[in-house]
Amino acid sequence: METEFTPLLSLLGGVLIGIAATLLMAVHGRIAGMTGILAGLIPPLSSDWQWRAAFMGGAVIAPLVYISAGGDIPFALPVSTPALIFGGVLVGIGVYLGSGCTSGHGVCGMARLSPRSLAATVTFMIAAFATVYVIRHVMGGA
Amino acid sequence: MRQLLSAFLIGGIFGLGIAIAGMANPAKVLNFFDIAGTWDPSLIFVMGGALVTTFIGYRLTFKRRDNPLQAQSFSLPVNTRIDARLIGGAAIFGTGWGIAGFCPGGAIPALGLGYASVWIFIAAVITGIAGTRLVEGRAR
Repeated sequence: METEFTPLLSLLGGVLIGIAATLLMAVHGRIAGMTGILAGLIPPLSSDWQWRAAFMGGAVIAPLVYISAGGDIPFALPVSTPALIFGGVLVGIGVYLGSGCTSGHGVCGMARLSPRSLAATVTFMIAAFATVYVIRHVMGGA
Repeated sequence: MRQLLSAFLIGGIFGLGIAIAGMANPAKVLNFFDIAGTWDPSLIFVMGGALVTTFIGYRLTFKRRDNPLQAQSFSLPVNTRIDARLIGGAAIFGTGWGIAGFCPGGAIPALGLGYASVWIFIAAVITGIAGTRLVEGRAR
């Protein structure tokens, strides 16, 4: 399934992610890692769960505001439900053990020039490239 | 209250960025990883834009301020060990990302778009995190 190459929109989106990461550090002193923010909202709740919930609420609502203002957010999920659930559980185990995901390690940690985040980012990128190659070109699709 | 409002607004900028960038679209994310097939290199621009902006933004922040505007201090990770737990976890995460096409930061801003599959994915992620935390807590 083809998707349109969108360099300008993707760059703009990336810059917005970077502005949000900068503001969360400058105002709240926090790393904008979705894994860490989410993990603090899973019982037992962390003591500072309120700002995490507020951040998540904003992240969920903003795309809806964008759509109601006439914006378009393409969405397609070319994955079966069992594969989605299996992949989701692996993502959960992996981000917990690895202490972060694309936003925490790939953006914030790399921007701090953290060797740990560089090692994690290189590892999960290679794993994702390899997984997609095997599923699509060795197994012939999931 | 002011603190919650600013976290809400910053979360909004983050979620808008994810959605505009195409990170909330698993088809696009999976195509980025499919160089041998229907490759869509857009995600290079997402990562590049986010990384350069954050690099500059962090630099300015740490140079100009000793403390954050609304908190006692900067909460920065202190662990510097590159160990099997970090690499193994990252490898498991990358595998799951390649199977599902979603990462946590991509999926959460998509929760309001009206697709049950996004909630199923997030429920699976929470199960993975909570399950691992439980097993680890028992082992200690």
